[in-house]
Amino acid sequence: MERMLQPGRSVRTLGWSVICFLLLPVLVIFPISVTDRRFLSMPQHGISFEHYANLFTSPDWLGSIGQSLVIGIVSSAIAVTAGTLCAIGCWRLSSRAGEIVRGLMLVPIVVPTIVYAIGIYRFWVDLRLLDTYTGVILVHAVTGVPYVVITVSTALAGFDQRLEQAARNLGASMPQTLWRVVLPSILPGVVSGAIFAFIQSWDELVIVLFIASRAIFTLPRRIWDGINEHLDPTMAAVAAILILLSALLLVVDLSIRRKREG
Amino acid sequence: MISDRRTSWLMIAPALALVTVLFFAPLLRVLVISVTEPSFGLGNYALLLTSASIQRTLLTTLRICVFTTAITLVLAYLVAYVLTHARPAAQRLMLLGVLLPLWMSVLVRAFAWVTLLRREGLINKALEALGLIDHPLSLMWNETGVTIGMVHYMLPLGILPLWSAMRAIDGRVVAAARGLGAGPAQAFLRIFLPLSLPGVIGAGLLVFIFSLGFFITPAILGGGKIIMVAEYIDGQIQETLRWGVGTMVASTLIATIFLLMVVLGRIVDLRTLFGAK
Repeated sequence: MERMLQPGRSVRTLGWSVICFLLLPVLVIFPISVTDRRFLSMPQHGISFEHYANLFTSPDWLGSIGQSLVIGIVSSAIAVTAGTLCAIGCWRLSSRAGEIVRGLMLVPIVVPTIVYAIGIYRFWVDLRLLDTYTGVILVHAVTGVPYVVITVSTALAGFDQRLEQAARNLGASMPQTLWRVVLPSILPGVVSGAIFAFIQSWDELVIVLFIASRAIFTLPRRIWDGINEHLDPTMAAVAAILILLSALLLVVDLSIRRKREG
Repeated sequence: MISDRRTSWLMIAPALALVTVLFFAPLLRVLVISVTEPSFGLGNYALLLTSASIQRTLLTTLRICVFTTAITLVLAYLVAYVLTHARPAAQRLMLLGVLLPLWMSVLVRAFAWVTLLRREGLINKALEALGLIDHPLSLMWNETGVTIGMVHYMLPLGILPLWSAMRAIDGRVVAAARGLGAGPAQAFLRIFLPLSLPGVIGAGLLVFIFSLGFFITPAILGGGKIIMVAEYIDGQIQETLRWGVGTMVASTLIATIFLLMVVLGRIVDLRTLFGAK
């Protein structure tokens, strides 16, 4: 392919311009977050970390961050356990039924969140789970499962099924085989799935808008309220920190993938 | 062998139970409510033909989604093409530029666009400082703003499948065309483009499907003036409490998406689309 249809300079410039467009939001958030003024703007006379200080002394923001962390960690732990077992089960079946189950697990990704949100709202009204940790954690666990099934299935595709049989033949029990033979070799896929499941809970807004009110006020809801009510630079500080967190998780995920390939 | 199958099913059971009880059952309930509230029958669905506000919402949604998909495809094709032909170092850098926005919270991205696009936002301030405009442009709370925000969200989702489709194209075919005397434009138009077409259709349908039910970005950048279907459903349920209408629109949305998924499944292998990256 080299040299045969190399894009010309203008095409390359256009391509990189699109990348700049993609990164534009990242590039503006950081300067705004250190503005020395009281409204959303570029720094005027100097930079100030006042808005970060506001953020880390605000009980509202800190409370929301704490709630989102608890919900994200517990729900992704459930999603990883259920999703990993499911992916291994489908892989062991290696039949049409396994394929169908895997396909079913993908459905939650394409169903618009708003549609699911109104359905689960009615469910939680009946079960009295509205505005509870249990309610939000269960929902985030369910919506996290598909991501884990995908990443673990991808990891399993490169794992030789005979290794599992060999371990079993040599006298290892089923849990032993899973824990000491299968799991270590698919660990990158599991970790990747855990990261995805955590992020989708950490960022999820639409469902919590329906099933949470006063007691559960997650970080995305706090940001949503901020955007709709008072646009102040504290928001930019929150956004900047969230971007750094995404970048960190992305780097972790990429290095795990590289290790797996290399 | 039998007990082995049973172990496999035991491993599948927790996730399957979770997804069936807590995902598919509530989803089914939405369908049921749409034909039972306020009364049994297809009365709610008749509104699709008679209600002006629903038709307006559906048309707005369709228009925005078509524009978003078209713009996204053109830009994504460009990036994927450059990405496919770039040297490894440039490729890594470019890929990072695609992945970072993909990993960013959708709320953070919408917030950033608000700071850029509003009347006293950075873009208007910059254009005024340069003397290019006298009055601030209205860049948000209209379809322009919604489309900009949506294209930004959808681009990585278009670029990644297109890139994997282009990587699968055998470079020797293009080389052979060139060797047989085709010019670069001809080789691209008659060989590369047709070979990448299934990828284009797959990526286009995927972007279109995700655009249809999009809530957060249109709600923030539309500012209540541009109502897309997801926000309409939200309004029916949260504000006017018309569950029958809300669930009817939701069911129509799901039906449309599943139909498109079936079409998509015939064109590309869905598992590679989701599983590859």
